[in-house]
Amino acid sequence: MLALILFFIFALLCVGGAINLLVQKHPINSALSLIVVMGSLALIYLLLGAEFVAAVQVIVYAGAVMVLFVFVIMLLNAGEEERLSHGSRVATMLGVPALIIGLGIAAAVVSHLTGLDRIAIGGPTVMNGENVFGNPQAVGHLLFREYLLPFEVTSILILVAIMGAVVLARREEE
Amino acid sequence: MVPLSYYLVLSAVLFACGVAGFLIKRNIITIFLSIELMLNGVNLSFVAFAAQLKSLDGHIFVFFVMVVAAAEAAVGLAIIIAVFRTRETLNVDRVNLLRL
Repeated sequence: MLALILFFIFALLCVGGAINLLVQKHPINSALSLIVVMGSLALIYLLLGAEFVAAVQVIVYAGAVMVLFVFVIMLLNAGEEERLSHGSRVATMLGVPALIIGLGIAAAVVSHLTGLDRIAIGGPTVMNGENVFGNPQAVGHLLFREYLLPFEVTSILILVAIMGAVVLARREEE
Repeated sequence: MVPLSYYLVLSAVLFACGVAGFLIKRNIITIFLSIELMLNGVNLSFVAFAAQLKSLDGHIFVFFVMVVAAAEAAVGLAIIIAVFRTRETLNVDRVNLLRL
C-alpha cells in the first residue's frame, strides 16, 4: 500500500515535470523541470529495488548531464524561443494531449491483454536483512563478468565522444 | 506492491511527452532535452521488466543507455555550440541550410 502511494506521488511529479517541459518557453525552465523528472524517476527506481540504477540516475543524469545542459544554456545566453513557422494551433492543442493519453492507454491495453497488469512487482528482495537484487555488488558482478566486453567497448565510445566534443567545440583559428 | 502495468503506462507517457516536445519545440536545446526525456522513459520500462523477470540484465542495459546518453549529450552540445557560432541562433527554423 505504501509503495502504491509513493509510486503515485512520484509518478505525478514525473508527469508534471514532463508536461512543464513542454509548456515552458525558456530552455532553462525546461532543463530544471527535466531535473525534477529525473529525480523522481530515481525514487521510482528505488521502489523497484534498483539501488545502483537509482544512484547512477542521480549522479550521472541529474548531476553531470544536466549540469552540462545548464552550462550550455547559460554559455549561449539562450532566450525565450521565437516561433517563425506556425503550425496549426488546434493541431498542437489537441494533438499533443491525444498523443500522450493515447500512448498511455495503448500501454495499459497491451499490458492488460498480455496479463502484465495482474503481476504486482516492486519492493526489494531482502535476504538476511539486505537487498540482494539490484545492489551495486550484484550489478558489478554481472558487469565485470558477462558484460565485460561491452563495458570495455563503452570506454572507447566515451573516449571518441570526448575527442569529438573537443574538436567540434573548438574555435576555428584564422 | 505496484502492478507492472502502472510502470509501463508511466514509461509510455514520459516517452510520448518526449516525442511531443521533439515535434513542437523550436529551440534546439529543448529538442535535445526532449530526447533525454524519451531515453528516461525507456529506462523506466527496462528497470520495471528487470524487477518482474528477477533478472539484472535490464539494469546493465540501463547502465549502457546512460553511458550512450552522456556521450550523446557531450557531442550534441558541442555541435550546438558550433552551430551557434556560425548562425548566432538556436532556432531550428533559422538553421535550414547544410552549408555555412
